[in-house]
Amino acid sequence: MMLVAASVAAGSSALLAQSVSSSLRGPTPLNDEGPAPPIQPMKNTAEKEVRNYPEQPPVIPHAIDGYQVDMQGNKCLSCHARARTAESKAPMLSITHFMDRDGQFLASVSPRRFFCTQCHVPQSTANPPVSNDFVDIDTLLAHDKPGGKR
Amino acid sequence: MSSGDIPEGAKAPVPDKRRGLVRRAWQFVLDLIDVLLKPSSIFGLGVLVLAGFAAGVIFWGGFNTALELTNTEKFCTGCHEMKDNVFAELKSTVHFSNRSGVRASCPDCHVPHNWTDKIARKMQASKEVWGHLFGTIDTREKFTDRRLELALHEWARFKANDSLECRNCHSAQSMDITKQSPRAVEAHQRFLFTGEKTCIDCHKGIAHHLPDMRGVPGWQ
Repeated sequence: MMLVAASVAAGSSALLAQSVSSSLRGPTPLNDEGPAPPIQPMKNTAEKEVRNYPEQPPVIPHAIDGYQVDMQGNKCLSCHARARTAESKAPMLSITHFMDRDGQFLASVSPRRFFCTQCHVPQSTANPPVSNDFVDIDTLLAHDKPGGKR
Repeated sequence: MSSGDIPEGAKAPVPDKRRGLVRRAWQFVLDLIDVLLKPSSIFGLGVLVLAGFAAGVIFWGGFNTALELTNTEKFCTGCHEMKDNVFAELKSTVHFSNRSGVRASCPDCHVPHNWTDKIARKMQASKEVWGHLFGTIDTREKFTDRRLELALHEWARFKANDSLECRNCHSAQSMDITKQSPRAVEAHQRFLFTGEKTCIDCHKGIAHHLPDMRGVPGWQ
């Protein structure tokens, strides 16, 4: 019993020490709100980013500050619409966006796919506080292939 | 019946008085013309010239001051139509608040800086006074219903003068494209520097919300 109590006490003190020194909150106590981290600028390039998995909505590699996407208009479509891509050299939004929920293709963007930022998001330049150990499916599959690195 | 008599009695002298006033006013005008046509017998030529000069300065200064007064953001947002709609929308944009603190106020974009063009615009603006008095856009709904029409006027003006009011601050010659994003560099090199397009062709809705953009070239 003494041993258990001692180990619990040791564990909780370790937890306390951790929450004070090394958590994502920083040294701010739990009952206080720490200073907000500075807002990092958005990534603003014209370079396409590789999708992490086939179903992933492609991320937006450029800033979209002030782009109006609502009932009145869609700024994104000024470049990404089918008819605009020759001039803009931007990727055309995929044909799946013309599909209504019954799988029928419409003449232009389906209303349910109109609001771009529901799926597509711009990228922050901030350093992630937690590293990501996501493994691409191709890398995973390559392990089983004869030439795959182990 | 007596109540009907009183107004008649009261009415009767009024036209006489008015006629007298009109006659006297007309006589005054005739006398004034007489005086203006005759050479001065009291004031010297120098006094007249100097007085005319001074009066001219005062008149011109006053006129310009009044004109400049109507060219301020405070004046523009004096009407709730502007304050609650377009000015409220401007506040969240880069033309109101940005890193360097340089900002555009209403007349910077909406009134030509060139004097004759400015006067022409000011005369056009008398229609806006009419619109204010008769409540053409005095509710948010009326305003949004007419937003396309209003926007089309502004786009037409920018298109016609090659986006002059943009270029008063944003000069293509002073643009350092190495400081711009790759997309902006590409677009400006291809369309702006070649003169193929002007600012407003791509930069619509940067200071106010957009109207219904269906059918506007370059929009869906």
